[in-house]
Amino acid sequence: MATYRRINVMDNGGVHVVHFVDKKIVDSGTIESLGDELTGLVLNEKKNMLLLNFDSVEFMSSAALNKLISLNKKVKDAAGQLKLCCLRPEIGEVFKITRLDRVFDIRKDEATGLAAFKL
Amino acid sequence: MNVPTPMWKCDKVIPSELDAGHASIEELMSALEAAGWEGRDVFHIQMAIEEAVVNAIEHGNKKNPAKEVHVVFLVNHDSAEMTVTDQGDGFDHENVADPTEEDRLDQPRGRGVLLIRELMSQAQYNSKGNSVWMRKVRSKDEPDAS
Repeated sequence: MATYRRINVMDNGGVHVVHFVDKKIVDSGTIESLGDELTGLVLNEKKNMLLLNFDSVEFMSSAALNKLISLNKKVKDAAGQLKLCCLRPEIGEVFKITRLDRVFDIRKDEATGLAAFKL
Repeated sequence: MNVPTPMWKCDKVIPSELDAGHASIEELMSALEAAGWEGRDVFHIQMAIEEAVVNAIEHGNKKNPAKEVHVVFLVNHDSAEMTVTDQGDGFDHENVADPTEEDRLDQPRGRGVLLIRELMSQAQYNSKGNSVWMRKVRSKDEPDAS
């Protein structure tokens, strides 16, 4: 089983809920590691029903957004589902400005995020 | 006309390395906190300066160790100004593809200019496109509900 440094992953009835270790996802090393770990979930561990819980994330740069876009494509290619939840208002605002709120399925909290999966 | 002395000023040249860029951003964040800035305004400034500095290092100077980035930060109680200048060829900032167009939404790059314009009170590029000046006016405090 893979070991992760940037994320914690929990299986909740077939949906893998991902929590982030870092409060600020900014520096390039962190972002690269995070991208690799998220990609590994889908490509190596075949976990393609993912709910990313941002409750601990205070800031993320657009380079981190790029990793999410890349992850979204990989999940779709694997016929999976990717959803986001618990975004603080400022991060939600960035998704709105960039219109990425149309690309990602964003839910208010973890419970509604989990309920939105079609298993 | 007298220009008021800023509460905090940082004017320095940094190498084209992301670690150096982030160190300078951390200095700015600390200065904002010391000046009483908080919440959404601080988030907006961090997002915009992150875009400007990383773009200067990665796209402007292309991480060339022979090139440097000039940053000037001015922090006051009511406003903050940031100027970031690289030694690259610049870019046509008036004709950047709109990243919010439907067929570009899932492209992984090209959101920096949009975020800077939307999150700052004012933003201006020089004609060459290798320098951006940004200003954020501090939001008014929420009225006391009591």
